[in-house]
Amino acid sequence: MIIMSTRRWALTAIGLVILLALPLLLPNFWLVNIFGRALVYGIVALSLTFLAHYGGFVSLAQTMVAGVAGYSVAMMAPTAIPLGDMALPYALAIPLAVFAATMAGAIVGLIAVNTREIYLLMITLALAVGFSLFAQSNITWFNGYEGIRNIVGPEIFGRPFRTPLVFYYTALVVAALLYLLVLYVVRTPFGLVLQAIRDSDRRTAAIGFHVGLHRIAAFALAGFIAGWGGVLITFYNIGITPSSIGLWATVGVLIMAVIGGLGHPLGAFIGALIFALMDTFASTIIGHDRFNTLIGMVFLVIVLLSPDGIWGVGGRLAAALGGRNRNKNADGGATR
Amino acid sequence: MSVSRRHRTAWAMGTVAAVFALSGAMAQEQPPIRIGSITTLEGPFATGGQDAYRAMEMAFEAIDYTVGGRQIEWIRESSNATPDVALARARKLIEQDEVDIIIGPLSGAEGIALRDYSRTLEGRTIVNGSSGAADTTLRDPSPNFFRFNTEGTQWMAGLGTHAYEDMDSRHVALVAADYAFPYAQVFGFMHEYCELGGAVTKLWSPLNTTDFSSIIAQFPDDIDAVLLIQGGTDALAFLTQYAEVGGDLPIIGGSITADQTLLSARGPHQRLMEGMVAAGPIADLNDDPNWLQFVADYRERWPDGFDSPSIHAVNYYTNTIAVLQALEEVGGDLSDNQAAFQAALASIEFTAPTGANVRLDGNRQAISDIFLTRIVNDGGTMRTEAFGRTPDVSQTLGMEADAFLALGSPSRDNPSCPPA
Repeated sequence: MIIMSTRRWALTAIGLVILLALPLLLPNFWLVNIFGRALVYGIVALSLTFLAHYGGFVSLAQTMVAGVAGYSVAMMAPTAIPLGDMALPYALAIPLAVFAATMAGAIVGLIAVNTREIYLLMITLALAVGFSLFAQSNITWFNGYEGIRNIVGPEIFGRPFRTPLVFYYTALVVAALLYLLVLYVVRTPFGLVLQAIRDSDRRTAAIGFHVGLHRIAAFALAGFIAGWGGVLITFYNIGITPSSIGLWATVGVLIMAVIGGLGHPLGAFIGALIFALMDTFASTIIGHDRFNTLIGMVFLVIVLLSPDGIWGVGGRLAAALGGRNRNKNADGGATR
Repeated sequence: MSVSRRHRTAWAMGTVAAVFALSGAMAQEQPPIRIGSITTLEGPFATGGQDAYRAMEMAFEAIDYTVGGRQIEWIRESSNATPDVALARARKLIEQDEVDIIIGPLSGAEGIALRDYSRTLEGRTIVNGSSGAADTTLRDPSPNFFRFNTEGTQWMAGLGTHAYEDMDSRHVALVAADYAFPYAQVFGFMHEYCELGGAVTKLWSPLNTTDFSSIIAQFPDDIDAVLLIQGGTDALAFLTQYAEVGGDLPIIGGSITADQTLLSARGPHQRLMEGMVAAGPIADLNDDPNWLQFVADYRERWPDGFDSPSIHAVNYYTNTIAVLQALEEVGGDLSDNQAAFQAALASIEFTAPTGANVRLDGNRQAISDIFLTRIVNDGGTMRTEAFGRTPDVSQTLGMEADAFLALGSPSRDNPSCPPA
């Protein structure tokens, strides 16, 4: 199956090679806390971009779904403090957690199946806030406000997960696979129907497709993606607390997706990278009193100048350049 | 032959390089000690975080940013009271800014997150700022995490006994917010009160409750006092409504009940508030000379600061001077994975600005004095005044660690001593 044109494949391969070579160029801090962090949060943003761009569903519940996976893996983790009753090896806990997130995604889709636009936002926001408050007040499973700590992650090839190279490459491989998965799915008949629903759900229904089922399946797939993000974020944060899935975290993921650009899955990772950079260095640039103002201004400027985010800027530049190329090749006939 | 000559050349070059390196090191001053700090300058506790940095700045200025012959470089970071953000900031301080020591954070769950992070570090030390969750040092402590301030359960020391013996109360109604910090405070109170034979009827309310009428309606007839473990606007809402229905039982407060929100507000609650007793690590009015000096210095250095330094200022100050004193003791020596410095930290004993004596237990948690406080009308301004002191309160409230841990974690249902 052709996911992308040859040129796109070449570009993707170049990008991947650069990302694979990053450990040679960057100190560990940048590797783990800028690029690694951007990759794991970018996965959650990717699930939102997938829903928003190909299905037309802007859901605020993706952080919550990631949180379902995060809490599931934390409850089953063999190193957890406090240790749960159902401690399992990570090899079982991780797939189960991702499965739980997939189910949670499907349930969100089921609940929101008949809503769209602002009403969809409201319902998903309510679910997100509700789940975070529930986690905060439930002691038995979620350990309340203090959350579940010491989720250090599995050993990979005998090396602890928090080793910078192990963490970075795991995050990179998972992110790359999920990114390719999204690009693949949107070319399948299922993905095409999804885009048809985005453009006109009534016409899609009139042709004979079951719109509701496709929507639920799309939310389940987004849950699967967000679940991987949730598991990796929990390892990155060495645990999970209600604030990891609270309103601020939910808005953070939305900001990543929007400034990166909802127009392409890659935008999610670009947005997450900008977010991580700003979040880490704004206070160094402007001092610790006003750094949130700087972060807000940068985000505003990005969205004002380019409503479709950084990806949109790139797209427009490419279009301008592409236009010139086409003129040049005008007498050579078709470029492709 | 050629091999040996190459060998000799290498030797010569190596010697020259070593001599240069040595003389360079001797000519140069010792590098500065880098101290990072994390507090909350955003979110709900921003004013407390600002005050914490005021106090830290005073501690560094007092020694002119020099300790053990080495300069101090202070790198400030801010969190928003969530553990993930505190962790990201701590990673930046340790890995990017390469600080030797972190002082922080401010809130409970952040403290637990940094405790976990400190366990993964080698040769770095995290000293708490103002966070007060019990488990940070009680269960699974980390060898690199030190806390020189007391926590929520310790803060209630002496209050249960005061309520039973001096106030002659045998049955109190507990009005408390339903989350971890009040659980710890209630645990501290009931530990003494139930032991003496008192009974407690528990009435929990969610955080940010505005209407307490249903809670007031559930008060049993035979209670002698109300134990109010609420903070900020919740405490104000309860006291206002209780005053409006004509309530006149004495109020026993928690350590954060008598905060500025409550003290500076005007209204019917003031009638109930005057004389309210509580317990905690600080009091506005405390005739200990250390405290009078600290307040005077604070007011002079920070004319636009608070009228009296906040609890966060005192906690950050206490932890900072502990670090500085230990650094002085080892002459600024942080070599050998900070072994000498950490040993000095673990064994120092000093006087906090409140006049309380501070030392650490085996889990690197402070053993210190707790004050009984009451609210007084100080020339038209409501303030808290110290009227008693419980010396040397340990995290296990004087019990053996195993016996204390066997009591279980504080929760809604633990401990329990309902009326017969």
